[in-house]
Amino acid sequence: MNPQYLDFEQPIAELEDKIEELRQVGNDTDINITEEINKLRNKSTSLTENIFANLQAWDISRLARHPQRPYTLDYVREVFTDFDELHGDRTYADDPAIVSGIARLNGQSVMIIGHQKGREIRDKVHRNFGMPRPEGYRKAARMMRMAERFQIPVITLIDTPGAYPGIGAEERGQSEAIANNLALMSRLKTPIISTVIGEGGSGGALAIGVCDRLCMLQYSTYAVISPEGCASILWKNSEYAAEAAAAMGVTAERLKSLGVADRVIPEPLGGAHRDQETMAVSLQDVLAEELAALQEIPLEDLLQQRYERLTRYDASK
Amino acid sequence: MSSWLDRIMPGMIRSDAQQRSTVPEGLWKKCPKCSGFLYRPELDRNLNVCPKCDHHIRIAARRRLEIFLDKDEDSREIAAELEPVDRLKFKDTRRYKERLSQAQKSTGEKDALVAMAGSVQGVPVVAVAFEFKFLGGSMGAVVGEKFVRAVNLCLEQGVPLVCFSASGGARMQEAIVSLMQMAKTSAALQRMRENGIPFISVLTDPVFGGVSASLGMLGDLNIAEPYALVGFAGPRVIEQTVREKLPEGFQRSEFLLEHGAIDMIVDRHDMRERIAHILAKLQHRAEPALDEDSGIEDVPDDVPEEPTA
Repeated sequence: MNPQYLDFEQPIAELEDKIEELRQVGNDTDINITEEINKLRNKSTSLTENIFANLQAWDISRLARHPQRPYTLDYVREVFTDFDELHGDRTYADDPAIVSGIARLNGQSVMIIGHQKGREIRDKVHRNFGMPRPEGYRKAARMMRMAERFQIPVITLIDTPGAYPGIGAEERGQSEAIANNLALMSRLKTPIISTVIGEGGSGGALAIGVCDRLCMLQYSTYAVISPEGCASILWKNSEYAAEAAAAMGVTAERLKSLGVADRVIPEPLGGAHRDQETMAVSLQDVLAEELAALQEIPLEDLLQQRYERLTRYDASK
Repeated sequence: MSSWLDRIMPGMIRSDAQQRSTVPEGLWKKCPKCSGFLYRPELDRNLNVCPKCDHHIRIAARRRLEIFLDKDEDSREIAAELEPVDRLKFKDTRRYKERLSQAQKSTGEKDALVAMAGSVQGVPVVAVAFEFKFLGGSMGAVVGEKFVRAVNLCLEQGVPLVCFSASGGARMQEAIVSLMQMAKTSAALQRMRENGIPFISVLTDPVFGGVSASLGMLGDLNIAEPYALVGFAGPRVIEQTVREKLPEGFQRSEFLLEHGAIDMIVDRHDMRERIAHILAKLQHRAEPALDEDSGIEDVPDDVPEEPTA
């Protein structure tokens, strides 16, 4: 079993390994095996299509946390240019679980704020598995105020299991840091576009996710609590995570149908991690399009629309 | 337990030993902190504060507003008609619908927030209170909407808002919709700030998660009752994450005060007076008159002998 692949991806992994093996053989000898390789490639594609046509909410939850999934800095490199990372909340510390800075999107200035997970073990620990502490949210708030001052649109990329539940985080006011961002973003005088690129973990995600337009990558998730957390509270057993994921409706499609997400950005076959470049191009196109549309709207109307969007109540009676 | 107790109310006390905090429908209640036996009418007259150890025992939302608001004023309930809707048809080990109707039956409330317009020591105010017994005071669409309607009334009339929160956080059965209530209530409070209308957040035992990380911490003043447990993540989750024992008094009001999260700790008996005086100052009103109307009805003094252990 290949640990870089999820269980339902294993058949694909096996085929891909075989193709790679054949390619090596082909390189070493004069035998023409191109035809054979192409056949296997086609098989791999149709296998992937089949598997991905029937993904359950829990499969998607795990895809959203896939160890190979592109993270914020991957998209920063591929989607934006001229990025200057800016650090620190000016009060206590710099939180590596949130990255922020100014960059260009198709030449235009933007403020980027995103959760950052680590790839290798040391890096994972350094990034605290993408779980911000209060200083991360306060750094984000500082960037947002700066963006407002210089009339730069804010683009946030969401990918966190949640805000860090630690002793120091509580001492330094995790709740207040999150709450303050929600209030700040709700009235920030510049357009905000948020995109869930992986895991949208509860308040820790929302704290950089109050926006004018919410996009979600096809295999990203967004929920009030992790499926495991929900299962361990409501089912008293975290092994019911799949049931909890289905009950909460954590997927992009479901959230779009509920009117929470505005737009689902399709991922390449097999998920963003199978073709990062294509994914980045799609994301760039969507962000540019959404940003252009938001910049057409006079600021006052934009704020009014944002407020209505945030405070609407659409119970059926 | 003494045999004397066993003789007069056997079943009640024994179940109490397991449940710790509630003695159903009994005349006596056990204090969850000092374990003293409290005579209910006396406890009620003392605003659910233990007369022995001063522990602030949880109090029903409607009673909370009754003892906070002036009595002579005709307090008017806001958005009483709102009822929860199970949009997701959520089902875990039980249906959300069932949980809702059971909570409605046991509390007499339609959802976990009660909102009233009235006055406190003559200062006009809108006050809302969370009903913790309604699914742990969790915030779903109705709580969020009621809160915003209360804010809208404040904005319309320039009247301050006081919120007594007691909540486990967002309501999981409403999934993403409950998460969005954090943004909704925070947005509304931001408009209060823009309009210079005071919001006082009173944190009462307990306040966690989505309620703490939105409206709970957004007061112009954050006030806590003594020894209330307030935080973002629950103590159990933190203990599992950091794998160390939590310090004594962690996440209690006194801890919050020390770490700068709240402005003050106020005893339930002084809440009316303190808040009335604060609001009057913030709104440039004359100092409120002496509190003659505490909103608390008289309970006869004939407290029987308490049982002794």
